[in-house]
Amino acid sequence: MELLIALMVGIMITTGTYLMLARNVLRFIFGLILISNAANLMIFVAGRLTPERPPLIPDGADFPAGVVANALPQALVLTAIVIGFGLFAFALTLVYRGYQSLGTLMSDEMRLAEPREDGQ
Amino acid sequence: MSWLLAAPLIIPFAASVLAFLFRNGPAGRWISVTGSVALLVASGLLMQAVLARGVVAGQMGNWPAPFGITLVADLLSAVMVVITGLTGLAVAIYALGDIGERLERLGYHALFQVLLAGVCGAFLTGDLFNLYVWFEVMLIASFGLLILGGRRQQLDGGIKYVTINLVSTILFLGGIGLLYGMTGTLNMADLHLAVQKIANQGLLTVIAVMFTVAFGVKAAVFPLFFWLPASYHTPSVAVSAIFAGLLTKVGVYALIRMFTLVFTGDVDYTHTILLWVACFTMVTGVLGAAAMNDVRRILSFHIVSQIGYMILGLALYTPLALAGAVFYLVHHIIVKANLFLVAGVVRRVAGSTRLNDIGGLYKTAPFLGLLFLIPAFSLAGFPPLSGFWAKYILVKASLDLGMGLAAAVALVVGLLTIYSMTKIWGGAFWKPHPKGIQPKLASLTPWEHRVLLTPIAALALLTCVIGLHPEPFVQFAERSAAQLLDPGAYVARVLGSGPDTGPYGATGLAQPEGPP
Repeated sequence: MELLIALMVGIMITTGTYLMLARNVLRFIFGLILISNAANLMIFVAGRLTPERPPLIPDGADFPAGVVANALPQALVLTAIVIGFGLFAFALTLVYRGYQSLGTLMSDEMRLAEPREDGQ
Repeated sequence: MSWLLAAPLIIPFAASVLAFLFRNGPAGRWISVTGSVALLVASGLLMQAVLARGVVAGQMGNWPAPFGITLVADLLSAVMVVITGLTGLAVAIYALGDIGERLERLGYHALFQVLLAGVCGAFLTGDLFNLYVWFEVMLIASFGLLILGGRRQQLDGGIKYVTINLVSTILFLGGIGLLYGMTGTLNMADLHLAVQKIANQGLLTVIAVMFTVAFGVKAAVFPLFFWLPASYHTPSVAVSAIFAGLLTKVGVYALIRMFTLVFTGDVDYTHTILLWVACFTMVTGVLGAAAMNDVRRILSFHIVSQIGYMILGLALYTPLALAGAVFYLVHHIIVKANLFLVAGVVRRVAGSTRLNDIGGLYKTAPFLGLLFLIPAFSLAGFPPLSGFWAKYILVKASLDLGMGLAAAVALVVGLLTIYSMTKIWGGAFWKPHPKGIQPKLASLTPWEHRVLLTPIAALALLTCVIGLHPEPFVQFAERSAAQLLDPGAYVARVLGSGPDTGPYGATGLAQPEGPP
């Protein structure tokens, strides 16, 4: 199970990197979203996977009985997903606004803040 | 005790909510100023406690470390929070004259206070995942501030700033995941103990490099700095100033924290990388600045160059060098924020920050010239200003280790910094105005005169005080460096009397057995 997810993370990062190499900012953002989800999976798998053993503590006990699933990475991933969602919503809106007012999605053509000194 | 630690977070958040509710009237800006004053007071009290009692740690919600959320302040954290309060107040006052009603209605003051909260949180947290969260708080506020107003130039700079910072965020998150997978903890004090027990130190070094890249983007080191000069000159002056003062320094702080507390297993390898990064950062930054022709863009490149000095202090990894890095951090935040504020007044009075379009300020506004020269010379390292001592300590630390090359780079970059500063002086102050107009400070209203120049003068005065009376500041930096190099007290204070006092032991509640 760990191996499967590790491979999946690898594929997602490869695909994401490929997309991020594009000049088109929208593709770049899509690549970023893929890698971001790969990072989330990485945290998830870092807590080790223990299927079908919920971290529940029986009545009257202080500890869960036996080996149970690690709940902490899931809490971390949840936080990371929420933060990532907010950031990407912002980034997509920004790119859309940028497209509206700059008229391009190509990063090469975005030279407004850093105009060429030779006036081209 | 927890209140002391929580106050620098609660105050700006509360101020932010109030400022947002009152954003349509003049009350909002005064809430921002009041909040910043309160933050400065709170940070002063925290500093007093840290000076008196050593490391101050608190567990939010009373869950014992390493399970609970730890806030912790050692000397470095405390001084960073104080300097945040100070810069925050200076910029909040400056914003009274700089930020128009349109930006206020869009929520400038609320975002500004969230930014301060995020920065303070990053300095005070004792938990790696929380550091990530505080970075995001800071980041989302900075995104908002950067593009507030939505001019085309801002959108252009904003896209680059946002995308590269998101990359760094993901790398940081990935590093956290891998580190947790190896150690089973994310509390930084606990990590200090846990990483020493790891058998596979090689993998740990790989994670260390991931963190170097992630924090390196935030700190704008070579070769990851391109977002900074692409965006820092585009927003309002008050925003540029607070960004220039604080944001990259949070990255530097995170690097110092992680590479003195957690990643100390293979110092030869990691800190040699940092040494090269430091030298290249210094050189490329200052050369970039030499090619620029706009005051704010020159200053942006100088942020990059100066970051190199701080990283140099960390890379040398001796008590003196780290003391130099701490001293440099404090000095740089004051000076750099101040220079951006001066650039703002220059633009207001002379109409532009492009050196080709302005001039003649020396004749008509000599006081502004003085206010520029103090931080400019301090940045370049003229005695007796604060920058001289900062550079002196770092150069001496390099020579003590026999690193003549690093010392030479630091000195030559200082010289080139003077070149850039004289370029601004010649372009903006000395040469006559190209259109023949005579820019005067009197063109500001008396109100603007007061709120724009007071913070600049106060910060300039502070630079002089540190420069003329460096002894207590150097001693403080040395104590702070000693604390960083010997994290025993830090770890003991965070984890209680020992790592195994928690009800479940320190290794984690539900860390199932399995192959590492």
